[in-house]
Amino acid sequence: MHTPPDTTGPCPADETIQQAAERALLRHQGQKGNLLPVLHAIQDDLGHIPDDAVRIVAQALQLSRAEVHGVVSFYAHFRSKPAGATVLEVCRAESCQAMGGDALAEHAKRRLACDFHATTADGSVTLEPVYCLGLCAQSPAVMVNGQPHARMTPEKLDRLLQSQGV
Amino acid sequence: MARIFVPKDTAAIAVGADAVAQAIANEAQARGADVQLVRNGSRGLLWLETLVEVETPAGRIAYGPVEAADVPGLFDAGWLSGASHALCHGPTEDIPYLKNQERLTFARVGVIDPLSLDDYAMHGGFQGLRKALSMEPSAIVDEVVESGLRGRGGAAFPTGIKWKTVLSTGDVQKYIVCNADEGDSGTFSDRMLMEGDPYALIEGMAIAGLAVGANYGYIYVRSEYPFAIAALEAAIGLARRAGWLGADIQGSGRGFDLEVRRAAGAYICGEETSLLESLEGKRALVRAKPPLPAIQGLFGRPTVINNVISLASVPIILSKGAAYYRDYGMGRSRGTLPFQLAGNLKHGGLVEKAFGLSLRELLYDFGGGSASGRPLRAVQVGGPLGAYLPESQWDVPLDYEAYIGISAMLGHGGLVAFDDTVDMAKMASYAMEFCAIESCGKCTPCRIGAVRGVEVIEKIRRNQAREQQVELLRDLCDTMLSGSLCALGGMTPYPVLSALDHFPEDFGLESANAGQNAAANAPIA
Repeated sequence: MHTPPDTTGPCPADETIQQAAERALLRHQGQKGNLLPVLHAIQDDLGHIPDDAVRIVAQALQLSRAEVHGVVSFYAHFRSKPAGATVLEVCRAESCQAMGGDALAEHAKRRLACDFHATTADGSVTLEPVYCLGLCAQSPAVMVNGQPHARMTPEKLDRLLQSQGV
Repeated sequence: MARIFVPKDTAAIAVGADAVAQAIANEAQARGADVQLVRNGSRGLLWLETLVEVETPAGRIAYGPVEAADVPGLFDAGWLSGASHALCHGPTEDIPYLKNQERLTFARVGVIDPLSLDDYAMHGGFQGLRKALSMEPSAIVDEVVESGLRGRGGAAFPTGIKWKTVLSTGDVQKYIVCNADEGDSGTFSDRMLMEGDPYALIEGMAIAGLAVGANYGYIYVRSEYPFAIAALEAAIGLARRAGWLGADIQGSGRGFDLEVRRAAGAYICGEETSLLESLEGKRALVRAKPPLPAIQGLFGRPTVINNVISLASVPIILSKGAAYYRDYGMGRSRGTLPFQLAGNLKHGGLVEKAFGLSLRELLYDFGGGSASGRPLRAVQVGGPLGAYLPESQWDVPLDYEAYIGISAMLGHGGLVAFDDTVDMAKMASYAMEFCAIESCGKCTPCRIGAVRGVEVIEKIRRNQAREQQVELLRDLCDTMLSGSLCALGGMTPYPVLSALDHFPEDFGLESANAGQNAAANAPIA
């Protein structure tokens, strides 16, 4: 696999990124097939997986940057750019559709004035679609910063966002 | 001292269970009441969550749905002695929804403290593993074969046969992999089991390890289930400390250990070979089969890969015997299936029953009809790749073969009900859209077919050369069905064609016969 040369030169990665990547690598050292755990650890730490971290991880695991980038970009959970302080995931799957999930999603987009896979203009909220949270008997469901909320309505969503300072 | 049970299941937390638990603790303290809070799993009566149970001499009394604001009133009413209240449902075990179930795999879920090893052992836990430790590997495999257990993830392949294949390989390193990437909409039984009775899964995997000669296992859990991951990690640590995992299980000289791996939001990882790729740290591209994972699976080694419910059903098969389990069910569908009632139903939740009951019983006797009060119109059974069934098919017995007979599938036992406001052409379009979003991209029928599918259905909906487009859609479905590498592309035609065949009016067609010329060459089952 051909990896393009690093045109940015030998400029060292930001120290925080360097440390986060090294911590993640150390924690999962020796674990077989450890690329996903390493990437999770970096994202848990930094909120996203910066390009510099990709470079460090690739070198440490003897992979090409393209291979690591390929994994980051394959999985919906991983992000290369920082998200807003609040990440709102709205379930788009069938069960939630059966209970007004489409209207809820439209409301969220209007309320935040941003689309799915995007962040509000002020950078505070990132809106993501999610395909099932396993709360299908209490649809529609959303997740806010990892906390699940079920039997959601537009009004309840507004209150929830307000409580997050949005 | 009164014991009060407040579920810690995600489904309860999502409707405020943590706040309820806090309110109970505060109120008890303010009143000087001696209360012990237990955070159990969910009973699966999800419309009643947060379902709080108070232990009394007359058994556990259920109250729900409880909100934090209800708590002072419940104390006032005297709930610590099981007094009546508007939210009281009497003894939990007597609630018909629960009483009419046949809980084998879910026997402990909602009953015990999920992380208490004592609770687990007191309710029959570890009996299967103890027995397995005294058995020859081939005898364990035979027991599972005899039980008739088939893969509960959806494919329904006989679990014991899979194990037998792995046992017969001579490799020194083999693996047990649990597929906990429960991505189908309308399903949550894996999650409830992992959160409510994690030791059952651990025990099942350890038995699988002893049976096939594997000393290590992985549980691959979707990242959308953070509480299930936390419960499993805590349970694995406690089980290891108590000697139920590790190099020398209970002094037997035989070893098994395992770890949890967090997925990263790709539906395709529910497909076993793509899950293995992901465990190896790669993009989750589906592998061509053969080789079967049982011969050449994780890291190239023989691998048992089973769904959560399959593995968690193994302990009871070992402890009570294959015949006990096999006596439930019908035809070639033996044992029980935890059905998951979801979507537009009044009483959504988990119903574990032997195979053979009908969808109508689940929808009305258990589910109580629609939540909206409008007539039910369509039910999708088996997740996003399952068919939409019209009312005329709701009396077909829930059995793997009977469902194949009507071009449908039971899958993981999830059902999503829709009332008469549903637009089935839109749902068909969504099925293609979902396939396009989640396709791993390896094979063309799925990667390109799904995109074309959305376009064609949109043209049908806009009445743009409708008849020809319907013919094209059927042709496309045939290509996806026969030409895809895995079930994602290969089964997306099920929801699409069932919507078209059973609800042609939603596509602007007078009858489902439109465009049948192409379909004549392409029956879907």
